[in-house]
Amino acid sequence: MAEIDKLPRKKADRGPVTSRIDVTDGALIPNRGNSLVFNSWRVTFILSIVLLVLLIFISPAPFRDIFYITVKGVPVTFQVTVFAILGSLVLGLFCGLGQVSRSRLLNTLAGVYVELIRGIPLLVQLIFIYYALGRFFQIEGLIAAIIALSICYGAYMGEIFRAGIQAVPKGQMEAAIALGMSRGQALRKVILPQTMKIILPAIGNEFIAMLKDSSLVSVIALRDILRRGREYISRTFLSLETMLMVALIYLVITLLLSRIVALMEERMKNE
Amino acid sequence: MSDYRIRIENVSKFFGHSIQAVKNASLKVKKGEVVLIIGPSGSGKSTLLRSVNRLEVATEGKIWIDDDEVTSSSIDIRKIREEAGMVFQSFNLFPHLRVIDNITLAPRTVKNLSKEGANEQARKLLKKVGLEDKEQAYPGQLSGGQQQRVAIARALAMEPKVMLFDEPTSALDPEMIKEVLDVMLDLAREGMTMLVVSHEMGFARAAADKVVFMDGGEIIEVGAPDELFSNPKEERTRKFLTHIL
Repeated sequence: MAEIDKLPRKKADRGPVTSRIDVTDGALIPNRGNSLVFNSWRVTFILSIVLLVLLIFISPAPFRDIFYITVKGVPVTFQVTVFAILGSLVLGLFCGLGQVSRSRLLNTLAGVYVELIRGIPLLVQLIFIYYALGRFFQIEGLIAAIIALSICYGAYMGEIFRAGIQAVPKGQMEAAIALGMSRGQALRKVILPQTMKIILPAIGNEFIAMLKDSSLVSVIALRDILRRGREYISRTFLSLETMLMVALIYLVITLLLSRIVALMEERMKNE
Repeated sequence: MSDYRIRIENVSKFFGHSIQAVKNASLKVKKGEVVLIIGPSGSGKSTLLRSVNRLEVATEGKIWIDDDEVTSSSIDIRKIREEAGMVFQSFNLFPHLRVIDNITLAPRTVKNLSKEGANEQARKLLKKVGLEDKEQAYPGQLSGGQQQRVAIARALAMEPKVMLFDEPTSALDPEMIKEVLDVMLDLAREGMTMLVVSHEMGFARAAADKVVFMDGGEIIEVGAPDELFSNPKEERTRKFLTHIL
């Protein structure tokens, strides 16, 4: 087979080797490789912890009171965030599938949902959905907040799923259906597992953004970090001190989470 | 039942209105025959091959595998695809699954084989392609040649009647081509019906019953490998061969 070596050869197009989804908002995710972001993360984190501790110990009145009161809102904030992320994942999955679907109807449906949600401020949506839900159902504030945030974030999550599905090389679907699998089977067993891996960092990012945006639910009847702070202000008029504490609590949580997301991402890369 | 395993009759394929990738192509492949399709890039050879299991839908004409008309809209295309194994230029292994799960996925989901049964079959196939020690590896840990051999085993796991190869060695480094061609040679000797898009002249001489030359979407010439390579009838075939030989 001496002739073999003389043939011109094409390198196969294997598609993108590592696919990344651009992140539009949320905290900067500090990677060790990205020393600038990592260092500024460190500085901010240490500064905020030091400030928090100093305030509480040097000037316990009023800061310790404020801290104890507002920090009780942390579980509420987390509860809303975790459940709303789960809800938005489910909605986002269907929305993303709808967008890549071959059915014109599902395409349009998913597209309209995304356009609608992206075109209205989050705060307006939250209040609207809260009152709309209240008109027809008897539900608790917490559940209403979770549903409202899920619907809002579902659209952004849908975009992430769409991008993630499209980032899986086309050959994967072809190989699966060429083996006799249905499109649905190929989607479940071949495409979506790869999609999840691609979009995991983006989901982590959404989680952080959601945690911050969940402060918006304090306008409807939910006693999260911000709400507790505002209640405290209405009693004591210590607005600056209270908001400083609230901001620091959010900052510490967000910085911690962004580091966790970064570690997760690094670990996945090494796998 | 006809004597032909694959019959392609007057098939044309248009992309959009103006681009015609395949022009009125007809080809018959007997049971156990190995047919090689050669031609310059853009000559429609891959498109023709991919219409056999309807990864591309032929715009005109008909294709049969045995007595099943692939091009008929009422046929269960998934049954056809089970019977026609396909090997791609870029392997297209599932990167998130181990080698053994790559092979067993389709038998288990499509044919509802038990895990044990599918694993046993997969191990036999891995042995056949010489990779029995790689069953727990992920595709990313394998060389290109090894990946392509796994891809062949994966296609064979559905026990196809026909194997379609779309430039199976074009993405490989030269030293890995032989290991893939050897597996293909074994398959050919076992009597598998094979339709292969490839320029591997050595493989053509060793295994092919017929070589088809395509250019500009048309089948220009069909002949036995030695005859077509050494004594082409058509000017275009001669020209192409001087480029690649």
